[in-house]
Amino acid sequence: MAGVNRQQVTVERAREESLPASAGLTVQGLTYRFEGEEPLFDGLDLEVLKGQFVSIVAASGMGKTTLFRLLAGLLQPESGTITAAGAVPGQRSTIGYMPQRDCLMPWRTVQDNAAIGLELAGVPKREARRRVLEMLPELGLAGTEAKYPHELSGGMRQRVSFLRSLLAGGELMLLDEPFSALDAMTRISMQQWLLEVWEVHRKTILFITHDIDEALLLSDQVLVAASRPITQLESLVVDLPRPRTYETTLDERFAYLKRRLLGQLGRITSHAEGGPA
Amino acid sequence: MKLLKDKLPILLFILLLAGGWELGTRLFDVPAYIIPRLSDVCAALLNHAALLGKHFALTLWEALLGLAFSVVFGVLSAIWIDSSSLARKTIYPLIVASQTIPIIALSPIMVMWFGYEIGSKISVVILFTFFPIAVNTADGFRAADREIGELLRSMGAGKTQLFLKWKIPSALPSFFTGLKMAAAISVGGATLGEWLGGESGLGVYTKRAANMLRGDDVFAGVLLLSLMGIALFVAAQMIERLVLGHRRS
Ligand SMILES: Nc1ncnc2c1ncn2[C@@H]1O[C@H](COP(=O)(O)OP(=O)(O)OP(=O)(O)O)[C@@H](O)[C@H]1O
Ligand SMILES: [Mg+2]
Repeated sequence: MAGVNRQQVTVERAREESLPASAGLTVQGLTYRFEGEEPLFDGLDLEVLKGQFVSIVAASGMGKTTLFRLLAGLLQPESGTITAAGAVPGQRSTIGYMPQRDCLMPWRTVQDNAAIGLELAGVPKREARRRVLEMLPELGLAGTEAKYPHELSGGMRQRVSFLRSLLAGGELMLLDEPFSALDAMTRISMQQWLLEVWEVHRKTILFITHDIDEALLLSDQVLVAASRPITQLESLVVDLPRPRTYETTLDERFAYLKRRLLGQLGRITSHAEGGPA
Repeated sequence: MKLLKDKLPILLFILLLAGGWELGTRLFDVPAYIIPRLSDVCAALLNHAALLGKHFALTLWEALLGLAFSVVFGVLSAIWIDSSSLARKTIYPLIVASQTIPIIALSPIMVMWFGYEIGSKISVVILFTFFPIAVNTADGFRAADREIGELLRSMGAGKTQLFLKWKIPSALPSFFTGLKMAAAISVGGATLGEWLGGESGLGVYTKRAANMLRGDDVFAGVLLLSLMGIALFVAAQMIERLVLGHRRS
């Protein structure tokens, strides 16, 4: 048992040494296709710096969710390597994956839903529950620990789902359109909330969204899928000062960045319409 | 108080039926061996209370034992079907197809195999109750939300953990649907088992009473059998509420 552990540690070290210290996630030459389908990714390279908030914007069906499932180790790439800081791919993941649907377990309370990652990692149940309880107020969920998912609003459910990923993961979080199912008002307050939580925890976040304003408001960098299959991601650095609030969206600089992003997307849309579906 | 308000319509309805029964049999002078008067049936119940109680206990015991075996075999089969795609392709259709065999025709074989003792009664109960439990539980396993399973997998859950923390809680509601159906029909299985050959039990009691054209005793036995079925169903439902009560109805 001890021998196995030592071996794992050395592998992890080797991986980390081969990465620049600042890398949160490195993807090299990622190629993937579902059986009998056109490839979704072909030789994709991607690098995310530690502690950065990076959004991915792409049309529906381009393979955003599939990319996350690859990163989370749920699918095996045809070729290419995926390296998350401190993680060995294929072994117990230290990635906090928050799926597109909240996927809360209806048979568990808020507290037990959020604790599942810790529980699976072997943390004693009481300890796991205690740590969740400590976190709830910070996430705006104080007093909901004994509630069941069907007793929560959509925004609360997403926050529980987020907390679950936060507690399950290490340095890297993958958030798949967490706010797309919410109404406009709730969405704005959730964006605000995510900004605040992120300022505290400073995890590396990969964030999928359809919403350009949301991408710009939250991110340090926005990645746009440029072709199908995705061979590269066009990058736009969002140099708006932090901390940001919803007011930031009214900035001149924001408008400028938005115009550029729309330009990038527009080129792709017209390109896609010209090409084979 | 709320309970009373909830159950009031059904209580009144039963009262109405009982009144109609008593009045109808008196009014049209129906012979007692066709439909006895309700008052006679009640009298038969009271007069033979001790005897009926003994038969009742035996039949109940048979039904409960049969149910217990069905739960064990049914759930094990469901786990097998769910864990092996070969079993899903072979065992599952076989279990479904087996329902086209008339169980009543099959039951005498149980007597040949297990004799006139309690074994044959239990096996007939199993014939009746295995199917709803096995199939509902297997369907419940299959309907477990795949995305939740994936999420747990992404957090490092292994096979055993997936089974305990995902599959089982997901399948519980359909398991209880199966259990309630099984509980309701288990009494029928036990009665049939007794008819095919037995010394005691409410099935034997009603059969003997019928042979003697004692309508009131037959109806007393049948009344008790149906009460037993209802009681078993309600018991299953109460366990279900206890286990799943907090989930969305
Ligand atoms: N399990 C699967 N088997 C085969 N094809 C799949 C599977 N899952 C997804 N696909 C296909 O792969 C493509 C990408 O799917 P994916 O869910 O990654 O898209 P997406 O970019 O997340 O879309 P959306 O924005 O609508 O969520 C789609 O064309 C989809 O039909
Ligand atoms: Mg998606």
